[in-house]
Amino acid sequence: MPSSLTIAEKILSEKSGTDAKAGDIVIADVDLVIAQDGTGPLVISQWEKLDTGIVANPGKTIFFIDHAAPSPRRELSNAHRTIRAFGEKTGVLVSDVSSGISHQRLAEDYTEPGNVVVGADSHTCTSGAMGAFATGMGSTDIAVAMSAGKIWLRVPETFLIMVDGWFPKGVYAKDLMLHIIGMLGADGATYKALEFSGDTVKDMDMSSRLTMSSLAVEAGAKAGLFASDKTTKEFMKVRGREARWKEISADDGAQYEKVLRIDASALEPVVSVPHTVDNVKTVSEVKGTKIDQAFLGTCTNGRIEDLRIAARIVKGKKVDPKVRFLVAPASREIYLQALREGLLKTLVEAGATIMNPGCGACVGVHEGILGDGEVCISSQNRNFKGRLGNPDAFIYLASPATVAASALKGCIADPREAR
Amino acid sequence: MILKGKVHKFGDDISTDLITPGRYFHLRTNLPELAKHTLEDADADFMNKMRPGDFVVAGRNFGLGSSREHAAIVIKLAGTGAVLAQGFARIFFRNAINQGLPALICDTSKIKDGDELEVDVEKGEIKNVTTGETLTTSPLPPAMLGILKDGGLIEHFKKHGGFKLA
Repeated sequence: MPSSLTIAEKILSEKSGTDAKAGDIVIADVDLVIAQDGTGPLVISQWEKLDTGIVANPGKTIFFIDHAAPSPRRELSNAHRTIRAFGEKTGVLVSDVSSGISHQRLAEDYTEPGNVVVGADSHTCTSGAMGAFATGMGSTDIAVAMSAGKIWLRVPETFLIMVDGWFPKGVYAKDLMLHIIGMLGADGATYKALEFSGDTVKDMDMSSRLTMSSLAVEAGAKAGLFASDKTTKEFMKVRGREARWKEISADDGAQYEKVLRIDASALEPVVSVPHTVDNVKTVSEVKGTKIDQAFLGTCTNGRIEDLRIAARIVKGKKVDPKVRFLVAPASREIYLQALREGLLKTLVEAGATIMNPGCGACVGVHEGILGDGEVCISSQNRNFKGRLGNPDAFIYLASPATVAASALKGCIADPREAR
Repeated sequence: MILKGKVHKFGDDISTDLITPGRYFHLRTNLPELAKHTLEDADADFMNKMRPGDFVVAGRNFGLGSSREHAAIVIKLAGTGAVLAQGFARIFFRNAINQGLPALICDTSKIKDGDELEVDVEKGEIKNVTTGETLTTSPLPPAMLGILKDGGLIEHFKKHGGFKLA
């Protein structure tokens, strides 16, 4: 009798040709290998040291120039040149400045359910939203995966996160996931996979799923997995990729190390306060905290749905004159869609600064580095000391609605009180 | 592999942003220069105090955050013999081993800043020369010990012509 498998076990069994159970070490075929401009040059130099001269699958290997895009300085311009030259030499794909953030681009055009996706970027787990086993690694692992078309993995134990109930007004997937990270702790799921299920999750759109999966690593998790279902199929259909869809779900009776049950209807908007993501408070506890900057964007919350939420809140109003409200759409597609819908006009009229598609301020390299003692509320995924380029600054994480409401008020604000 | 050195003690949740800050992003293609700023935002004086062979000792969840392997590289370039922590974030853990930097899990609560340690990586034994206490580490998974003994993943892969995990 075949055993009952989690999503992680199912995908890794297929890709390793073994009966993979949690705890096993497997060598799995990889479907997509990615790097970005912060990690890519090291991938290239490690690949050269490997001295195979082989890229197993150039058409499925992508270097994204998204972290410092366009380049703010000479050293990074040269790093970008190295990446482009490597693309020309080996045929690997280079997704250049203005195309957007790797994880968003993967969801739009590359990731398929059942894939194994490895990337030299910790938020590679974002693709888990589409029923792919996707995880971040360092540049050496990625150099080896790029050459061999395979990677070694320990099959993770899985925590099942069961979410039921409707979100109350002003509460979004971001609030839910920050709440979960607060429950688990920043290392509470280290080496584990998270698998999301329950009625709330089944009803969730792809944008919300991507938000949740992107944040899995902030609880230490190796992957944040959703079943591939009708929503996944519909999302791929819009992009002309329906033929590549397949259903993926856990078997009944799959073994979970832990089960967490959450009633979404009991949640409030939440904020992660400095300097760890698991330092989660309700918005009521921190509202009134003065801010200098509000940032809307990133792989976690820079999608069209996020821009719509923010535009609805600021429409016809003005951002507090002391606040810099920065908005970076996660991809060119999203940027164009936001233009068509008039969202960027609404945001700019309210006082927002629209930035090019990419990681924006999130990496602390450019486009919104904080001054000493400054405070930013952000839709990004990390509030570590120094994350926005200054260790003497303070980052609060929240949903796009909370970010937009706060930008208007000049202090952390409750989105339920906006409009 | 027996290592001897002094302890530089850090707390919990030392992120890769504290180890190698994003503001030095442009130095990632100049590793010796980047290494001058190792752990700068956790202890601005670390690179002045650090002597080759010393140990970085921390609490829970060392190396959380970004996948930047530069975090493991600069710690190694700084001359660190091994990193000891109560736990490691998984990407950092893989990166350290892939760079041939021992990353050992043990109860670090009784190790103090400035203590002298002797660490036997393969046996997983730690002798605190200052206090006379001995500690044991959780053994590295055999797959990772193999990569570490080969000097890192690139060397491992070249030596065996692929992964040799058993």
